[in-house]
Amino acid sequence: MSIEARFRLERPGFALDVELTWPDHGVAVLFGPSGCGKTTFLRCLAGLDRARGGYLRVRDDVWQDDPRGIFVPTHRRAVGFVFQDPGLFPHLDVAGNLAFAMRLVPAAERKVEHGEAVELLGLSRLMNRSTANLSGGEKQRVAIARTLLSSPRLLLLDEPLAALDSASKTEILPYLERLHDQLSIPVVYVTHGAAEAARMADTLVLMEAGRVQACGPLGELRAALEEILGGQEDAQAVILTRVAAQDEEFDLMRLDFPGGSFHVPGRDLPMGHEVRVLLHARDVSLALSRPEGSSITNILAARVTALAPRNPAETLVRLDCSGTTLWSLVTRRSAARLSLEPGREVFAQVKAVSVL
Amino acid sequence: MTADDITAVFLTARLAAATTLILLALGTPLAWWLARTRWSGKVMVEAVVALPLVLPPTVLGYYLLVLLGPGGFVGGFLEKMGGHHLAFTFEGLLIASVLYSLPFAVQPLQDAFASLGELPLEVAATLRAGPWRRFFTVALPMARRGFVSAAAMTFAHTLGEFGVILMVGGNIPGVTRVLSIAIYDHAEALDHASAQMLSGGLLLFSFTLLVSLYLVNRRFERARL
Repeated sequence: MSIEARFRLERPGFALDVELTWPDHGVAVLFGPSGCGKTTFLRCLAGLDRARGGYLRVRDDVWQDDPRGIFVPTHRRAVGFVFQDPGLFPHLDVAGNLAFAMRLVPAAERKVEHGEAVELLGLSRLMNRSTANLSGGEKQRVAIARTLLSSPRLLLLDEPLAALDSASKTEILPYLERLHDQLSIPVVYVTHGAAEAARMADTLVLMEAGRVQACGPLGELRAALEEILGGQEDAQAVILTRVAAQDEEFDLMRLDFPGGSFHVPGRDLPMGHEVRVLLHARDVSLALSRPEGSSITNILAARVTALAPRNPAETLVRLDCSGTTLWSLVTRRSAARLSLEPGREVFAQVKAVSVL
Repeated sequence: MTADDITAVFLTARLAAATTLILLALGTPLAWWLARTRWSGKVMVEAVVALPLVLPPTVLGYYLLVLLGPGGFVGGFLEKMGGHHLAFTFEGLLIASVLYSLPFAVQPLQDAFASLGELPLEVAATLRAGPWRRFFTVALPMARRGFVSAAAMTFAHTLGEFGVILMVGGNIPGVTRVLSIAIYDHAEALDHASAQMLSGGLLLFSFTLLVSLYLVNRRFERARL
């Protein structure tokens, strides 16, 4: 089963021209720079904007087929939408906001129970609070729970973290990931943050200037995303790994990927579980021989593929680790001392790994 | 206070209350439409709604008298149908008051609806709320401050009508002799004691009403923080 969309929309100074079919399970991330049409595409999916002549099918339901005169209005689509602004109803408290969504779902269509949503988003202590004095992160969690309680058949998230400070972002992301793991609702997630995209995506849709540049499983589009991740101010790599061993004595997990493995603290994930890890270029240092007697245990053999000066003092080094791209930010002096150049074999010492 | 004056007080209250109810009922859909429509001709409608603010009450009163009187379009039609024309009647006054206070009801409501923005309504739509439910369970409660303002301003403004009433209603005790007319009568007859009592009462009441309105508004303001 799949979701199929065709939208063509002209606005002053902007045109959306999208024709796309993607799987109806997991998270599809629409990724691209601001103003590339991601939000407009999402609004067309929800029926909040209408691309005349458009077509939209979600599984077996045709929500829009203008040539045949079909356009299901938003409130009959069973579509969940989390906006950048939480948009909580100010005249209702937290419980009232959730009840608003619950009440409108026919019993037969109810997929998410009240307790489940409250637990999933950690809201039990907030239920009787007024919406006015919640923090930004709390508001967005309420908004997400409210959307889930409307038992959507398609969940759309429009940069749900964009309006939040980084503390609130860190607070919300784990909730979104649990959503990803626990619910079987297809999700379309819009973001312009590459790390967020890498973290959430099962399917990645790269958009630019109102058009889809590429669409496919995250694994296939990794190379494209790697370029984007390396190109941003805080260069980073996202690596798909699997839990391969559990070390009970030191309470560590071994995460394997084709280029090597990482040891990370904790043993809370089952063997074989897919884990995404994030490596910041600043946390990767380089050595010409395998370092001995170091406290750093995550050491990977790699080959330099490119060097790009970042500023007068630092150089960004691109590494190939058996097909996986890593980035390392070193001083220009170190790069000269190690005579780093494309083709040189090095050892990458990874000081810190974030498990996503 | 004479019996006539007491009758005038009740008549005025009845007129103001009826005007307020009618204007909230008619003004709400009109204000909603004005706040939401993208039709370019809406400025014409907005100008018509605002006319009573700038027109001399006697002008409005004069046209209404012509329209509602026995020879007028409305009055003449009613006479032909075997009824009675509306000049110098309570119903005539009510129609005049509704028109005269229209901007006082419509403008606060329109502002309140416009300041909601699209977001809450779009959120409600994605939560499966249809247009009617969006209006009654989201737009109305969120615009409650506009309703309080509209009701208070309409009521207070109707209490203070004079010119329109004199033109359309004249001065018939128990039918069209409202407080402002009674005060005018007393002053003309040099009955300053009565004029002062009614004027003072009206002043105090209007002041109290407006203070209450601003207090309520401030509470809404706080609740929003």
